[in-house]
Amino acid sequence: MRKACLNSIFELAQMDERVVFIGSDLGPGTLDEFRHEIPDRFFMEGISEQNVIGMAAGMAMEGYIPFVNTIATFLSRRCYEQVAMDLCLHNLPVRLVGNGGGLVYAPLGPTHLAIEDIAIMRALPNMSVVSPCDAEEMRRFIPSTLEHPGPIYIRLAKGGDEIITSPVNNFQIGRAVVMREPRKVVIISTGIMTQRALKAAEILKAEDVECGVIHMHTVKPLDFDALAYAAQKAKIIVTVEEHLMTGGLGSAVTDYLASAHWERFPMIKKMGIPDVFPGEYGSQDSLLQSFDLTSESIAAAVRSSMVEN
Amino acid sequence: METEVELMTRAAQLSALDKRSMQLRGLVVRALVGGGRGHIGSSMSLIEILRVFYDDILRVRAGDPTWADRDRFILSKGHGCLAQYALLADKGFFSIEELDHFCRQSSFLGGHPEFGKVPGVEASTGALGHGLSIGLGMALAARMKKAAWQVYVVLGDGEINEGSVWEAAMSAGKHNLDNLTAVIDYNKIQSYGFTENVQPLEPLADKWRSFGFSATAINGHDVNALRQLLSSLPIQKGRPTAIICHTVKGKGVSFAENNPSWHHKSNLPPDQVAEIYDALERKT
Repeated sequence: MRKACLNSIFELAQMDERVVFIGSDLGPGTLDEFRHEIPDRFFMEGISEQNVIGMAAGMAMEGYIPFVNTIATFLSRRCYEQVAMDLCLHNLPVRLVGNGGGLVYAPLGPTHLAIEDIAIMRALPNMSVVSPCDAEEMRRFIPSTLEHPGPIYIRLAKGGDEIITSPVNNFQIGRAVVMREPRKVVIISTGIMTQRALKAAEILKAEDVECGVIHMHTVKPLDFDALAYAAQKAKIIVTVEEHLMTGGLGSAVTDYLASAHWERFPMIKKMGIPDVFPGEYGSQDSLLQSFDLTSESIAAAVRSSMVEN
Repeated sequence: METEVELMTRAAQLSALDKRSMQLRGLVVRALVGGGRGHIGSSMSLIEILRVFYDDILRVRAGDPTWADRDRFILSKGHGCLAQYALLADKGFFSIEELDHFCRQSSFLGGHPEFGKVPGVEASTGALGHGLSIGLGMALAARMKKAAWQVYVVLGDGEINEGSVWEAAMSAGKHNLDNLTAVIDYNKIQSYGFTENVQPLEPLADKWRSFGFSATAINGHDVNALRQLLSSLPIQKGRPTAIICHTVKGKGVSFAENNPSWHHKSNLPPDQVAEIYDALERKT
């Protein structure tokens, strides 16, 4: 997914002279082709995220569209005031491309786990937050950023994730993708949790439980229409995210549902990471398993919700 | 024997102020009275620096503040905005009467300057340590566009405690940006007290030099010297410039000069306002 993202940025830069790439201290050879072909608009600025964000803001004020890329934790926590003031307050078209959203860097420990990035980015006025689920979706998404007026936080997954979206799902920022039509149960997921949500729906189908799946690639602005539609049809909504349960997709969904005035309210079950810094290493998959974020646990959550309901 | 810093500081203290400098200070006090508050000390040290920029250096148009070929000027120490508001009003970017509404709910003149609200303000500042990075981005944009405009960023001495300033400095040095100038208002006092005690900055010019800048020090209240220096930039081709302006906090208001308790004032009683005006009168 990261490769697809960076290549798409390069293609965009070839097409549009406003596109600039700024990295901090990325791996050797990153976007070499970009650097050779368009050296004037390729910057590698060292481990200085606060400066990089301000610099991107200055360029955006002059009409450029900078894509800033580094590890998600350092792009969200380290330079939060610069993101809030330089990008969001000025409402500038800077794109933050965060490597390793969620538990991707599991072996590296909590310093490298971006598990509150959606929450803190979502809290900022003018910021959009997008978490695609596969490389194909990423390829459709990047060109659509070109004319988006404000800042966007783009959460990258590990890569090699199963392709589940198709060109039929024309990408639009803020428009959810209905992967399976809403039924009595609807699973709402973002990022690579959508692959797991779909598998959970298949497990449940084998048990004659029909389950809708909505892929909420854009956590902000949230697709209220899709949510309202799901909430009207469903008795049970399960939100699933590779993120703390505080402030992420589940919170965004419940914030919206709590503000609506419906006679009937679906039961809501939030699935995500509890309020802890993960204390183990291993792999993304093994940590997801220890936080009960597998297809089987999603299916189990749906089953137990149905018993309660 | 006095050090260079002591000599420059004394020169700044002894600098006489002419009528225009006092008239601009009068505008600062007018806004201070309008809002009932303001960073008076931090603004008074800036007056001659900003005066020379707006009178003699900046290619800007009051009637067309977003003119594409203008020079970019960022007041990174946004709390000194009363000085910038005084200059912008004086130059006709907005009416002088607007100063009377400073910090009022519906005014566009807030306690820190905001882009998109105040004509002539390039970036919203107030959170310290942001302006030089933004200026760096603008200077790189000028290079990409092959544009001739210059970028000037005015920083406070307390402000440069922020690590982000030095990240920006390192990057500006790397890019050899001779279209970028950092001006430091070295009034030697930050909120808590003297910079020498809170966070010593010396050797300050050497710090900037070691980050790839050409650096020089000047009396920040000497209008002629400022004019001469600022009109002959960059100091060295292929390098960004740092100008360390030795100034006096509260300059022009004798009892506020060099007094940390005059960094910011609110709820000024009328008799104290009268004393400020009296002090300004006595200087002319």
